[in-house]
Amino acid sequence: MSAASPVIERGTAASRIAGIGVIAIILLLALAPQFLSAGAVDRMTALFIYVILAAMWNALAGFGGLVSVGQQVFFGLGAYFAIRLANAGLNPFVSLFVSAVVVGAVSWPISLFMLRLRNGEFAIGMWVIAALTHLLVNLDRLIQGETGTSLISLNVYDAPTRRLAIYWLALASMAALLAIVFSVLRGSTGAAIRAIRDNEDAAASIGVRVTGTKRLLFVLAAFGIGIAGALWLATAITFQPKTYFSVQWTAYMIFMVLVGGIGTFEGAILGALLFFLIETWFGGTGVWYLIGLGATALVFSLLLPRGLWGTLEERFGWRLLSVGYRVRLPVNASDTTGGTASPAQVTTSREKA
Amino acid sequence: MTNQIVQGILLGGYYALIACGLSFMFSVMRIINLAHGSLAVLSAFALWLLASRFHVPPFYGLAIVLPLMAVIGWALQRFLLERSARGGALLPILTTFGLAIVIDNVLFEQFGADTRSLAPFIGSLSYDSWEWPGSIYVGKLAVIIFVTAVVLLGGLQLFLTRTGLGRSIRATSEDPDTAGLVGVDARRANALAAAIAMVTVGLAGAFLGMRATFDPYAGATQLLFAFEAAVIGGAGSLWGTLVGGIVLALAQTLGAKIHPQGFLIGGHVAFLIVLFIRLSTSGLGLRGLLHLPTGKTP
Repeated sequence: MSAASPVIERGTAASRIAGIGVIAIILLLALAPQFLSAGAVDRMTALFIYVILAAMWNALAGFGGLVSVGQQVFFGLGAYFAIRLANAGLNPFVSLFVSAVVVGAVSWPISLFMLRLRNGEFAIGMWVIAALTHLLVNLDRLIQGETGTSLISLNVYDAPTRRLAIYWLALASMAALLAIVFSVLRGSTGAAIRAIRDNEDAAASIGVRVTGTKRLLFVLAAFGIGIAGALWLATAITFQPKTYFSVQWTAYMIFMVLVGGIGTFEGAILGALLFFLIETWFGGTGVWYLIGLGATALVFSLLLPRGLWGTLEERFGWRLLSVGYRVRLPVNASDTTGGTASPAQVTTSREKA
Repeated sequence: MTNQIVQGILLGGYYALIACGLSFMFSVMRIINLAHGSLAVLSAFALWLLASRFHVPPFYGLAIVLPLMAVIGWALQRFLLERSARGGALLPILTTFGLAIVIDNVLFEQFGADTRSLAPFIGSLSYDSWEWPGSIYVGKLAVIIFVTAVVLLGGLQLFLTRTGLGRSIRATSEDPDTAGLVGVDARRANALAAAIAMVTVGLAGAFLGMRATFDPYAGATQLLFAFEAAVIGGAGSLWGTLVGGIVLALAQTLGAKIHPQGFLIGGHVAFLIVLFIRLSTSGLGLRGLLHLPTGKTP
């Protein structure tokens, strides 16, 4: 290879290390309950669920360009179908995942309809869907309106077993969903997804299947958020429609993704971590905590729309879990072999990924 | 049955009132303001505060609150929407959603979870009614709201078509750059449009408080009503929102007749049916679902 030719990279040394790091972290997390208190295990389970929510909303909005404020519909349905399936006699743990599959299946016909709306109309149209679904679930006699019901069949397992099982299920779901999103974004579909996000009409004109690709993201996000809702039900046991179909869930997702970095794979995870810490420290302050979340989302959307990770990535040329390509122009011949590329040498025609 | 239809049509006037600001802002700036409902509730709380703390009757309170809403609209456009709209079509959704969360929770922090109403401050108006032929009783307040909606929609229509300011807003909504070339200040036109929209929101909030109850988190429902009425009314004209409001209200009335909890369901279902029809008849996407043909000459 001639010294002057640009190098197209899929990953960097840092991203290979990061990949190994991620596997190590997941293995450590799998062993963690040995060393954690019961309360800490519960909190970690909540964190995994937040990561799922952030990653799913990010896949939809950050990569698909579909901002929805009605994603709580899938969270609520995930819990509701789990209740229904368990009530029909299915093992409660199995029903959590069957429920998510059902949610994914339900989201398909919804997508036929909603994906023809654009931008704000899609956002608020999803909210109408969520409000309607909430009202319809309330009509179910099993749920008893806003009184709600419980996932009683989980009680056959004693509390420590239940806690551990849910922890591992949440961890496994998170890892699997992140892996799915990562591989979808890194594959050829990912290129189509980014093309659509950047310019839908242009993408369509060069033969990208716009609607099919968006539908894939929509159903994937519904499925993932369905799992999150079912897992949340498993930790909380009680199901009150008002809590699960609350728009607050979408507010959390938006907060996590906006702060972490919309449209970056790592950003959603970072955002979920930050949200988790903020909730741990300030969650007790009630309404001021919510005001703070809203204000932070507002400020980020105005001043730092790329979020923390997006900004850092741009400033320092970081790539940890890279889903895109980048072009590196070598500064001099001796550097072309390098795994030592410092940010200053990397002249990227910044691919947004 | 006739009675319920009449009541439904009158309720439609309220929905038209809350919807017209939303579709007006969308057709001028292409922004759906997710804080729309929360701002209406804010106005209702402002009137409630004036009435309960300072003994200002709500109808006089409007003289204070509506100018305030206009200022809020102007500031909203100048400091939030203008900036976030530069970042693409998706960012304003997030900005206004963040704003809605802030408004809702600040109201909750200030006023608590109690349900409030302006009805106690408007005397007998809240329950007075006229008897129409066929022993139909119509509330005076409901008629006032309906008439206000009609006057407001007509006034807006006249303003847009007959005045220089209205024409500059229409020009900006058609094509801001070209409007700029012929000397229209697009920023000013947008800020003005936002101010007008917020005045209609303030008025809607006042009537929300008078005809029903509200609490700090009532904004989301009002936003959905406004959006549904605007979409159902669709691409006709400003008068379309009146039709949309009436259809929404009638669907809710019908829903309530079918099932005790069917009021809201009826409205949502009607919205989805209309959406489905419009999607399957317009071969195109729905770029202009809410777009009013403000450029149409009378």
